[in-house]
Formats: sequence, C-alpha cells, structure tokens
Amino acid sequence: MGVDIKLPIGLMFSIFGVLLTLFGLFTKSDKVLYEPSFGVNVNLWVGIFMLVFGLAMLLMAVAGKKREKKA
Amino acid sequence: MLTADQITTIFPYSRKIFNIEDKNFLSFAGKSLLTNLKTKPMSSLTLGWIDYAIMIIYFLFVLGIGWALKRYMKSATAFLEAGRSLPAWVTGLAFISTNLGALEVMGMTGSGAKYGMLTTHFYWVGAIPAMVFLALFMMPFYYGSKARSVPEYLKLRYDEKTRGLNAILFAVMTVLASGISMYALALLLENILGWNFHLSLILSAAIVLGYTYLGGLSSAIYNEVLQFFIIVIGLLPLVFLSLKDFGGWDGLKDTLAPIVENKGYAADAWTTTWKYTGKASLNPMGIEWYGIFVGLGFVLSFGYWCTNFLIVQRAMAAKSRLAARSTPLIGAIPKMFIPFLIIVPGIAALALMNTPDRNFALPMNDAGQPIYDYTIIMLLKQYLPTGVLGLGITALLASFMSGMAGNVSAFNTVWTYDIYQSYIRPASGNKDDDEHHYLRVGRIATIFGILASIAAAYIASKFGNIMDFLQTIFSMINAPLFAVIFLGMFWKRTTGHAAFSGLLGGFLIALLHHGLTIPVGADTVFKGGWIGVVHQYPVEMAQNFWTAIFACASAATITVVLSLMTKQKKATKELVGLVYQLTPRETDKDVAWHKRPLTLAMFVLLILVILSIIFW
Repeated sequence: MGVDIKLPIGLMFSIFGVLLTLFGLFTKSDKVLYEPSFGVNVNLWVGIFMLVFGLAMLLMAVAGKKREKKA
Repeated sequence: MLTADQITTIFPYSRKIFNIEDKNFLSFAGKSLLTNLKTKPMSSLTLGWIDYAIMIIYFLFVLGIGWALKRYMKSATAFLEAGRSLPAWVTGLAFISTNLGALEVMGMTGSGAKYGMLTTHFYWVGAIPAMVFLALFMMPFYYGSKARSVPEYLKLRYDEKTRGLNAILFAVMTVLASGISMYALALLLENILGWNFHLSLILSAAIVLGYTYLGGLSSAIYNEVLQFFIIVIGLLPLVFLSLKDFGGWDGLKDTLAPIVENKGYAADAWTTTWKYTGKASLNPMGIEWYGIFVGLGFVLSFGYWCTNFLIVQRAMAAKSRLAARSTPLIGAIPKMFIPFLIIVPGIAALALMNTPDRNFALPMNDAGQPIYDYTIIMLLKQYLPTGVLGLGITALLASFMSGMAGNVSAFNTVWTYDIYQSYIRPASGNKDDDEHHYLRVGRIATIFGILASIAAAYIASKFGNIMDFLQTIFSMINAPLFAVIFLGMFWKRTTGHAAFSGLLGGFLIALLHHGLTIPVGADTVFKGGWIGVVHQYPVEMAQNFWTAIFACASAATITVVLSLMTKQKKATKELVGLVYQLTPRETDKDVAWHKRPLTLAMFVLLILVILSIIFW
C-alpha cells in the first residue's frame, strides 16, 4: 500500500504539539488551571514532546521517500 | 483442583478469553461492566475548546487515512487482506492496539487499584509466552498456508463443514462484540461528558464506518497504529503526575504500605507480582503461583492469542512470511510496558482514595461498593488540566474505535470469504471479475456489519440479560477452537470429521455444563441451571472457568478419539504447509541474526524475566 503511515502520524502529532505548546504558553500564568498538576505546565511539556515526536516521524517519512526514489 | 478463591482471580481473565468481547475489558469485567457504567459519577467532566479541537483534529485524521487509502482499494485482496503488504512494525503495533480496547484500559486501571501490580500477570505471563508461541510455531502455518482467515485455515486443513461452523459463529460473535463496545462508549460519553446517547452512538458508528468503508483492513490497521501512539502519549501525563503526586514509585510504595496493611496484607502486597503468591490468602487477588501459571499463562492465554482471528488477521496482513512471524513479537515489546501506563496510575488511585484531604472518590454502586471501572476517568479529572485532558479523552475514544474497527474488519473478511464465497456465490474463475465482485460484497458487508452492531447496541441497552446470555453462549466457541486448531497443526492424523465433531461437541458440552450448573446468587435462568441444577459454584466466574475447561478438554478428547476412528481424507501432499511435521522448517539463514524471529523471541522473553525480577 503506497501510503506511509509515518506521514499522517507525524503530521497529526506536530499539529497537536503546536496547539498544546501555544496553549501552554498562553496559559503560563494561570495558577488555577495548573492546580491539579501541582503547578506543572503539562500542556507546554506534553506539547513540546508531541512536537518533537511528530517532527521525528515526519523526518523519517521524508527520509523513507528519498530512499524509495533512489531505489 | 483450584479453590474458589483462586478461581475468582483467574477468573477475570478466563472471562476475557472465552468471552465474545475478546479484546475488551467488558469480558474481563464480565457482566458487571455494563451495569456499572449505568451508574453516573457524581460530577461530569467539563471540556474546553482546546479539548474539542484535539478531538476533532483526531477524527479528521482518522477519516483522512481512510480517504487516502481509498484509491488503492481496487480489489477484494486489497480491501479485506490489506494486500498482504504491510511492514512488520505496523502490523505488530496494530496487533497490540486491537487488543487495547477502551474497556480494557478502564478495567485494567480499575484492577490496578483493586489488585495492584498483580494485574500485570495479564500482560506478562498471561500474554507473552502465548504470543511467542504464536509467532514461532503457529504463524508459519497461518501465513504460509495462504489462508485468508482462521476459518479458511480450518477449510484447508480439515473440510468445508468445519470452516462453515466456525465462520458463522465468528461472524455473529464479532457483530455482538462491536455492538456492545459501541453501547458502552455511548453510555460513557453520556455519563461523563453529558453527550446525547443516541447521537454518540450514531456518530461513533459513522466515523468507524467511514474509515473502514473507505480503506478496508489497511485503514483499520493504519489507524490502530495511530491509535496506539495517541493512547500511549495521551496517558503519559497521567502516569507522571500520579507518580509525582506521591514522590515517585518509592514514595507511592511508602504511601501504600499503611493502607494495605490496614486491609490485612503485607506492606508491599500491591507493588509486587510473585512475592505473595505462595499462598492465596496473602495477595489481594487470592491466587497461588501455579494458578497464575497454568490458568493464565497456559490454558487461557494460548486459547486467546493463538486462535482469535481478530488478532491473527493483523499478522496475516504482513508483507512477508518473516514479517508475519515477527508481528506478534514486535507487538509483545510494547505489550510488556503497557502496565506502567495503565496499572500504575490505578495503584496511585488507591493511595489517593485513602488520602482524605484529596477528595478523591469513585462512584458507588447500589450496594455501596466503589465502581473501579471509573478509576481512569476519575484520575483524568483529578490530574489533567484542559488541554492534556482532551488528549486523554481522545485516547479513550481512540481505543474504543480501534476495538470496533477491528471487529468490523474481521467480520467483513469472514463474511465475504468464508460465508458468501463458500455458500452463496463461489468464485467464477475470472480473477478480475471476482476481485471486483468480492470487493463490492466486502464493502456492503462493512455497512451491514455496522448496522447490525448498532442494532446489537440497542438490544444491549434494552435487554441486558439477553445480551449477557448470548455473550455467554458465544464465549463457548473459543475453547474448543483452540483444541481443534492445535491438534490440526501438530498432529497430521487429525481428520475433518473429528475436528467438526470436536468443535460442535465441545460447544454442546459447554452448553450442557452451563445448563446444569449455577453460581450462588444467580437471579435469572440466563446465568445457568436452565436444564436443572447439579452443581453450584461459589462465584459466577468459577462457573465460566469450568465451562471453558470442559469445552476445551472434551473438544480435544472427541477430536483425538474420532481421528483414530475415521479415515484421513486429505492426502499427505495436501497437508504440507498446514501441519508441523510435514512442513519444512524455516531456517532464516538468509536473514541477519538480529532480525530472526528466534532472536527477537529470546529478547522478548529476556525482558519478561527482567521485569518479573524487578517487580518480583
């Protein structure tokens, strides 16, 4: 099947990552919001993590495409 | 002989294995889950715009994957078998994702609170050895035989009638399972998010229909991979925050010590796996080590992992024999670590419940018992702020969908190949024509399967008892099936007549056993004793467990005896590739040593041993 699943996975997690990172940044000073998470800005951290994961997946997908073209 | 106490514990699992809702906790929790979910938690979750945004983006991607695959769906092979073209890491993750249904996630987190680390036995000894066995010893025959489904393997190995019996039972079973899953999802959304029950039901059905109709099995499998990652990442914050709350794993252990001592157990009874299994009364599960070994590790897990088409279908879609054999092994690696994701937060929930100033409580049922199935929901509410909360809820939705899609994609394959092609319209011989025709049939079967599931969901909501009864009946087909497939693969003398009689006989003996026994406190004839009562079991689980043992043992006996009495109609030549002794062993000489399934299997078993020692 000519679809590389790494592409949509990478894309989706990158979008989630950007969304949560921005949301985390905008709500940085919201003490009430982060009370349940002991003041940890989980949105920011999870957002960054997802962004890195998503980009890594995209990178692998692109590398795979290049290899395919060469072959 | 197992004592009632031990059985109660093996029980959850046996239920899971012999139950139709095989991959969901529903089966594990037995009948109580649907009733439990009917009780509303005291407060519902409130989602913000960002939570909805995450959910909607996820749905768009799910449908988008189906849409992207649409143009490849030109033949029945592509639609129903994913063209046997997927890489091993994809099928491996899908293999484990299909099994990670939402009801299982909910139930296992609950079990974490209830039984602690002992719950990991369901993931370690109760799954890994069976998965390794499937990979090394059974997959070569399932994949190598070119069978397109487990019923079709029965046809190749035995005969048409054996296939027919299995195919029809399996088709009905998967539709019921997906219907019940759908019902539970809608109920949950209604209770915790306040969504409309009917709307939730139709919407979830429509999304699953959308992506399975467009992209078939490939779409189901690709989405399972996506779902796997979202489940893992969505639940990670929960693990970190719950551990942080109690000062890490060691802090959690210390917090738990007085709590569980208060319950009459050793201080570390909730955080160890084998340590207190010397005597049943010492551990919260009430089980001894040999009960875990034999009950979970052998009888139940082999029956589940090695014969269930839903699971095996993922490996069958792999692109090569090597990839197919590696699939269960690749799946086994994340499988071993899933407990840290769902059981550990459950254990933290027990600590939370017992810390008065935290105000953490599970909803109670009518009898005043906490409903453990809600543990994960209450944890999400406790720790996650809006944003990651949406991610967590999306993870739960994702696991529900992978469950339904798995059932639907198994159903349409069995329907099209094993029922429609065998009995209604045999292949015409014109390959192109056939592929087109069966593609259309597969698509129609997908729609029909979803509609039938919706009907099943409504029946479940109106007549819970009938659904329970049907589930019990269909739960009786897996145990005899394992006996028959195992004998077929490893004993060339096994004949078709014997296998058919074994399947049917095992099923009837199970029915008879159910009709003659009753659990204490049964209030309807649906729970047994509808013929007469000759024996009473202390708990319902014990009854089910013995039903399965009787079914498996009698199926094996009937098959062996009749095989010796009947003539083998299949020529030895026909059995090559289907039976162990007649098939040349794969040596993997041309595969790099670190890529060989045997090496991978050793690696998996090594991790299993290390984990077991660490959490002894």
